Amino acid sequence: MQRDEIEIAGLAVEYFAAGSGRPLLFLHDELGLWPEASFLNSLCRRRRVVALSLPGFGQSDLPLWMDCVDDLSYVALGLLDRLGLSAVDVIGCSLGGWVAAELTSKAPERVKRLVLAAPYGVKLGAPDRLEFPDLFAMSKAELAERSFHNVSSAEINGAELSDADLTKLVRNRESFALFAWEPYLHNPKLSRRLDRANAPTLFIRGASDGIVSAEYVAGYAALFSDAAVTEVPAAGHFVHLEQPEAFITQSLGFLDLT
Amino acid sequence: MKFWYFSETAYPYLPPEDTYPSIRVTLPNLNYDPQAGASLYDRYLDEWLIAESEGLNLMLNEHHQTATCVDPAAPVMMGALARLTKRARLLILGNPISNRRDPVRVAEEMALIDVLSHGRLEVGFVRGVPYELAAANSNPVRSNERHWEALELIIKTWTHHAGPFVHEGRFFHHRNINIWPRPYQQPHPPVWVSATSPSGSARVGASGFVQATFLTGYHGTPGVFESYRRGWRSAGRAGDPPLDRLAYAPLVYTSDSARSARLGAEKLLWYLKANKVPEYYRNPPGYLPVEMGVRIMRGAAPQLATSMKNFGVDDAIKSGIMFAGTPDEVHDQVVKFYDHVGGFGHMLMMGQAGFLDHEETTHGIREFAREVIPRLSETLRDRAPQRSAA
Repeated sequence: MQRDEIEIAGLAVEYFAAGSGRPLLFLHDELGLWPEASFLNSLCRRRRVVALSLPGFGQSDLPLWMDCVDDLSYVALGLLDRLGLSAVDVIGCSLGGWVAAELTSKAPERVKRLVLAAPYGVKLGAPDRLEFPDLFAMSKAELAERSFHNVSSAEINGAELSDADLTKLVRNRESFALFAWEPYLHNPKLSRRLDRANAPTLFIRGASDGIVSAEYVAGYAALFSDAAVTEVPAAGHFVHLEQPEAFITQSLGFLDLT
Repeated sequence: MKFWYFSETAYPYLPPEDTYPSIRVTLPNLNYDPQAGASLYDRYLDEWLIAESEGLNLMLNEHHQTATCVDPAAPVMMGALARLTKRARLLILGNPISNRRDPVRVAEEMALIDVLSHGRLEVGFVRGVPYELAAANSNPVRSNERHWEALELIIKTWTHHAGPFVHEGRFFHHRNINIWPRPYQQPHPPVWVSATSPSGSARVGASGFVQATFLTGYHGTPGVFESYRRGWRSAGRAGDPPLDRLAYAPLVYTSDSARSARLGAEKLLWYLKANKVPEYYRNPPGYLPVEMGVRIMRGAAPQLATSMKNFGVDDAIKSGIMFAGTPDEVHDQVVKFYDHVGGFGHMLMMGQAGFLDHEETTHGIREFAREVIPRLSETLRDRAPQRSAA
């Protein structure tokens, strides 16, 4: 993918673009944007894909004033403005799914069709129960178990990564903590705003996702006027990473329906 | 050299360590017997008063959701000491202001204690150890930024007397700041900041506040103090900071008998041994700078190294985190450390931990006060620190 940098709201934002065809905005998960990922390459073969590193991730700035996912959705909209993309299909994974939900509640006219893969973002239940297990209060082993169907996918050997990549990983993790911490992985207002969302929406969830439950996804989907839910077997929280082919089939299959 | 006594007022009556994953944050408080706890507070407060009667100044700190330090509200404990004591200086080290939601309230608490004690309070501010973040639900990212905005607001709150003022900052908002009482000491109580890394201490040096560092030993302390000195000079001051800008906190146990000194020192090590904390509480993302996070992933040991947990008395003394033995031995250990780090003006001695009982604790306090301090004060008077080769 071709890398570029653009200034939005006073901060430097890195983004990648490749492919041709109908435009598609990809909003990455909390691990960050790794442009060589196979699912991205597959997407680029059939669509014009635009993918930014959200502020705080990759090489994108994170100014002190920015502290919530709502802020991130403005930057994504700003990128669409600057690239002259009036309406796009959107795929958001996990944290990126939360950004996508904020975006679509704010500017539904910019979203043609929407895929949300294991998104965070809304509070559905009672005050005495978290929607997701506390990712910042579990061992690396448990986190890996909950995140991946095949736990060996989770292993990162520090020694094998370059300084640049390791720095990116650590910084991405820090930025995720900033946005996730409180209220925990949700915006209390978002569930009240999704009545504005009107794009046909598909929720994708991995059958082995130990972070975002099937019940949560069903509750989230119920907040949308036009949403369906599909489950991908043998995949955990990062369906696009563990089952890229099934992910592409499901998401492009849905997005290409118009 | 000024000497301060403290303990973390721990509750040591716990189930076996292998029955729980963490002593911090999650150990259920069903394990705390309030009646035993009340007796412990009576005893710990008595020990502070004994330290005062021996001529020591007093210090206390604050931690949350832990048996290692059952003082989740330093101002409350210090309120008690302010009234129970008569002459000792009283140091809170410190208020974890990056985890407190309302700095104006902190300013009020400190002003109140300062007046209650007739001007004996010294106010420390700490960023807090990483496990405090979970207990406070406090975001690990930007804790430094919150810390400094809060600190500056607190000092302004103490020193503004003309009626309400406004603060609409990055992290805190207040339209009507006008605290009653205002501090007893003018312009405000002495301010201390604790840091265990060079990156933190440079800014403290620039500010001129007293810099305290805890258990950083021979290895870590010189870097912290040196960074403070650089920060001090960077603010345009000529020469080195006076020694009263630098403070060191070790574990200390002294006894006339070598054997009981050793036994006491071993009991003090409960403080290190008991600190069972899982990695996710010890190193939440954003607590350390990114470069440090990268080094850790490559295998470097994090700041508060788990290796200290397994220290014996000899390791602890050798590393400079503990001074223990007979009065002569303790004296010599302190002087050696003093020379190595280029001198410091305050010793904050942790003199009780775990199962060190009342008699043992007070014996240690008295031996240090009566047999070490006079000789140490003499040795260190006008002593240019004889720095060993770096």
